[in-house]
Amino acid sequence: MEYTAPQTTKDAVAILAQAKGSAHVLAGGSDLLVRMKGGFIEPDLVVDIKRIKNLHQIKHNANSIMIGAAVSCAQMGANKRLKKAWPGVVEAANLIGSDQIQGRCTIAGNLCNASPAADSVPALIAAGARVKIAGPKGRRTLAAEKVAVAPGKTCLRKGEIVEYIELPKRVARSADAYLRFIPRTEMDIAVVSAGVNLTLDRKGVITKARVALGAVAPTALLVKAAAKAIIGSSLDEQALEKLALACSAACRPIDDKRGTVEYRTEVAAVLAQRAAKIAYSRAGGK
Amino acid sequence: MSQLVSTIINNDSVEFACEAHETLLEVLRDRLGLTGAKEGCGTGDCGACSVILDGALVCSCLVLGAEAQDRNIETVEGMADGAKLHPLQTKFLEHAALQCGICTPGFLIAAKALLTNNPDPTEEEIRYALAGNLCRCTGYDKIVRAVQDAAKQMRRA
Repeated sequence: MEYTAPQTTKDAVAILAQAKGSAHVLAGGSDLLVRMKGGFIEPDLVVDIKRIKNLHQIKHNANSIMIGAAVSCAQMGANKRLKKAWPGVVEAANLIGSDQIQGRCTIAGNLCNASPAADSVPALIAAGARVKIAGPKGRRTLAAEKVAVAPGKTCLRKGEIVEYIELPKRVARSADAYLRFIPRTEMDIAVVSAGVNLTLDRKGVITKARVALGAVAPTALLVKAAAKAIIGSSLDEQALEKLALACSAACRPIDDKRGTVEYRTEVAAVLAQRAAKIAYSRAGGK
Repeated sequence: MSQLVSTIINNDSVEFACEAHETLLEVLRDRLGLTGAKEGCGTGDCGACSVILDGALVCSCLVLGAEAQDRNIETVEGMADGAKLHPLQTKFLEHAALQCGICTPGFLIAAKALLTNNPDPTEEEIRYALAGNLCRCTGYDKIVRAVQDAAKQMRRA
């Protein structure tokens, strides 16, 4: 195996594009090194992107917030402006692992690892996050929900790396929330998770909504029917009931020791309702 | 392919050669003779290999040795000042906060990282901060008491 730590995105892309054999991008390493250790992958080349200075920044622009691919989840938690604008995204990122893991793990890595149970991914999808990708043929942008295509598989092509995750500017009377269910109190993999992002009008009626579910399908899901179920409502009992039905209907989970199909399908609905209530209240709804 | 790395460990400049796939934990233990950090799980779950890397608490089993170039690393070997133990080390002994000792260096480093950022943590904050460190002997109460007591002493100092 070879290790290299280029200082620019351009160099990283060129190295990955020319690489023979299996090449892997190293951001925080909290998934990659575990997979190497377990013998699941044997990279010929590891390209460490942590020497690329730009990728360590959280940039607050006029119309968006850009989170570099090398920004650790601990860094996100320490960024007050980010936390205020996107509390759901930050709470999802901060749920990943212990302090030791937080100091290393990244949301770009979480996305590219393509686990159906990745904590930050439903929150990013609900947020309408866009993924900025650099590759040998230039740059492109994808919606967060388009990156993973199957467990452990992304649509990134040879030579492509994620540079930034872009979150929209936070508009008035809007907020997000993320919840997951695990059998312990901390540090476990989501059995089910839900991210919700809402925008309200002055009367507290929901005008825009995005609802995403994790660990209930091969990839995290954007559930448009669930959003539709609550748009136009003030999140009353009837709207919450419709939200629950839409979420359960979207679930296609596996049966395993951590949760049965029936269990996951029901809990997804409950978590989406609770996350919606939190987002609604954060957005100023009463 | 062999990597030549220069870095700082416990305030000393250190140079080493390692293979690209070697972890920082392997380098510390097998190449540099710093055997304080332990391998429990090798997958970032147990915290026995905890070190402080550029101010951040990390599992050295999840860091490549090659990544250490120009970084600043603190290990348990750097905690005592010569023969004078760090207050955390003294309090771990006084409170009998260890039995077999395998997890202890990781707990000490994690507790040090916590107290650097938060000199007066609540019990809940201590338990959260040490949640990435597993002990299978004592249970955690004695460890938490030792950290509380050390924090108290360090605040007075």
